[in-house]
Amino acid sequence: MAEPILEVTDLVKHFPVRVGVLFKRTIGHVKAVDGVSFTLNKGETLGVVGESGCGKSTLAQVLMRLEPPTSGGAKFEGRDMFAMRGAELRKLRRDIQIVLQDPYTSLNPRMTVGDIIGEPFEIHTDVAPKGSRRRKVQDLLDTVGLNPEHIHRYPHQFSGGQRQRIGIARALALRPKVIVCDEPVSALDVSIQAQVMNLLGELQSDLGLSYVFIAHDLSVVRHLSDRVAVMYLGKIVETGTEDQIYERPTHPYTQALLSAVPVPDPTQRGTRDVIRLTGDVPSPINPPSGCHFRTRCWKAQDICATEEPELVVRAGDHPSACHFAEERSVV
Amino acid sequence: MSDPGASGAGLERAAASAVGDLSHVDDSSQKQGKPRSLWSDAWGELRRKPTFIISLVIIFIVVVMAAFPSLFTSVDPRAANLDNYLKTPSADAWFGYDVQGYDVYARAIYGARASLLVGLFSTLLTVLIGSVVGIFASYAKSWVDSLLSRFGDIFAGVPFVLGAIVILTTFNSPTENPSAVRIITQVVLSIAVLSWPVSMRIMRSATLVAKQQDYVKAARGLGASPLRIVFRHLLPNTVAPVLVYATIALGAFIGAEATLAFLGIGLRPPVVSWGVMISESRDYFQAAPHMLLFPAGFVTITVLAFVILGDAVRDALDPKSR
Repeated sequence: MAEPILEVTDLVKHFPVRVGVLFKRTIGHVKAVDGVSFTLNKGETLGVVGESGCGKSTLAQVLMRLEPPTSGGAKFEGRDMFAMRGAELRKLRRDIQIVLQDPYTSLNPRMTVGDIIGEPFEIHTDVAPKGSRRRKVQDLLDTVGLNPEHIHRYPHQFSGGQRQRIGIARALALRPKVIVCDEPVSALDVSIQAQVMNLLGELQSDLGLSYVFIAHDLSVVRHLSDRVAVMYLGKIVETGTEDQIYERPTHPYTQALLSAVPVPDPTQRGTRDVIRLTGDVPSPINPPSGCHFRTRCWKAQDICATEEPELVVRAGDHPSACHFAEERSVV
Repeated sequence: MSDPGASGAGLERAAASAVGDLSHVDDSSQKQGKPRSLWSDAWGELRRKPTFIISLVIIFIVVVMAAFPSLFTSVDPRAANLDNYLKTPSADAWFGYDVQGYDVYARAIYGARASLLVGLFSTLLTVLIGSVVGIFASYAKSWVDSLLSRFGDIFAGVPFVLGAIVILTTFNSPTENPSAVRIITQVVLSIAVLSWPVSMRIMRSATLVAKQQDYVKAARGLGASPLRIVFRHLLPNTVAPVLVYATIALGAFIGAEATLAFLGIGLRPPVVSWGVMISESRDYFQAAPHMLLFPAGFVTITVLAFVILGDAVRDALDPKSR
């Protein structure tokens, strides 16, 4: 059943850090994405979680081919994504689309909703003949739960949740196979988050979409994801099914993240062990040797500084990049 | 979890359609089914603005004045009669006569052409060169951007009057009496050459801000060509500050034309322009203020009309201000 649609292997994206006014020297690299591999199957949702600055959004940009990767590869339906040029790249644009984080900046304030959602058809003229575009745009508005008569309105006349729906409609216009959701709900109110997530869920079952769902909110990811990858400082530290990650996490970072999720049950208060991480995320320009997480890990030993743990199955049933991986239920 | 969310979505849909019904009151005046865009919406907005209509009428009159001055006066602007030396306004000559005995009204009408040509073309050139270089610089590699910016700084660093004196005296020796077309071209070019860095900087910084916006990312993700991004996404969002600058610059350039005429290196008799008229009045201001007031009034009203026009257009292009 599991047919891979997107295979990412060892993806690396480094941004050079330059100093100097006229003659710029490179003094280092921000290792935003530092060797990420995953597989996305057809009709599946892969959740990517991690705190701010761990490279989630950069990953989305590289997958959208908005930024060239430093190294590594990605295959879309078996073909190398990063080697595509010209017509092949245009075809790829139709197959992979993005929903961006901020609904207030992701829509051009000087275009009507009809123009925004209709733009994909103007760029890919072969998708819809000119006469049918208006109807298609209205169908899309209807699909995402907006009034099709609002086609002449401007983005500022909509609320945040409605704007995000417009962004989703634009991403859906070309009937993509994969949608990269770059924190699509983190700028929205909790009540609206649920609506937008339900919409994404419905669209997935209706249209057979695959999602790469990026978020920093574990409960949001859990609601939608089939599989989850936890990122820390540009690397995936643990990956597994939704059940494996949430019920039987083995990486200390995942355990710490999960223990920070608030439990909406006052009788449970004080009964669970809260793991408090100290310190900040180290600079991605100069990450710690060995395991990137060792500076904040309570299990860290000498081996963590010298040997980088591979993402392999150690304890339990799913891969975890920790020398001392062990199951621990924290929720 | 999914049920309350779904019903919430249903509620939102219902609310949205209710809002839609309410908004139909103002939508119904528009023809349904006609595609609308930023520009057509802006035009619909402008047509109903009195300030826009008034400024457009004034500009229209000035343009007709420049194109067909004989429609407004039958007096030859170069017919000097020293008998009429500094005569004040009367029924014969509405604006009076100047020091040479020229009819000030006729000269103000005929002066529109040169002043408008200088003002409009300098502004157009300045904004066009500046915008093209600015957009290019913000898209180019960082060293090309630095090079262009520093190159612009060289021109921006030269004081305007000094630069214009150098340019105009280099191309015309003081004894020479160049033709009207030649001197107007030279004045326009020297103003544009010395002023383009300002609009370049405005355009460059506006573009740098706009191209970082998520909607540009989304457009690139859709496979939009760089040209489409520039014309559909960047320009509508960066044109406002440049438009404001352009309307201010237009007034400044008509003034600059007067300055250069005053210094005797710009337009000069026998070319008639408002600047030339103002510069001729410099020694007689106390004796014959009408010599200054009428051409200066024409300059002021024309500039004001363009400023108001620019302001109205800028407002109309911002959907949020509607």
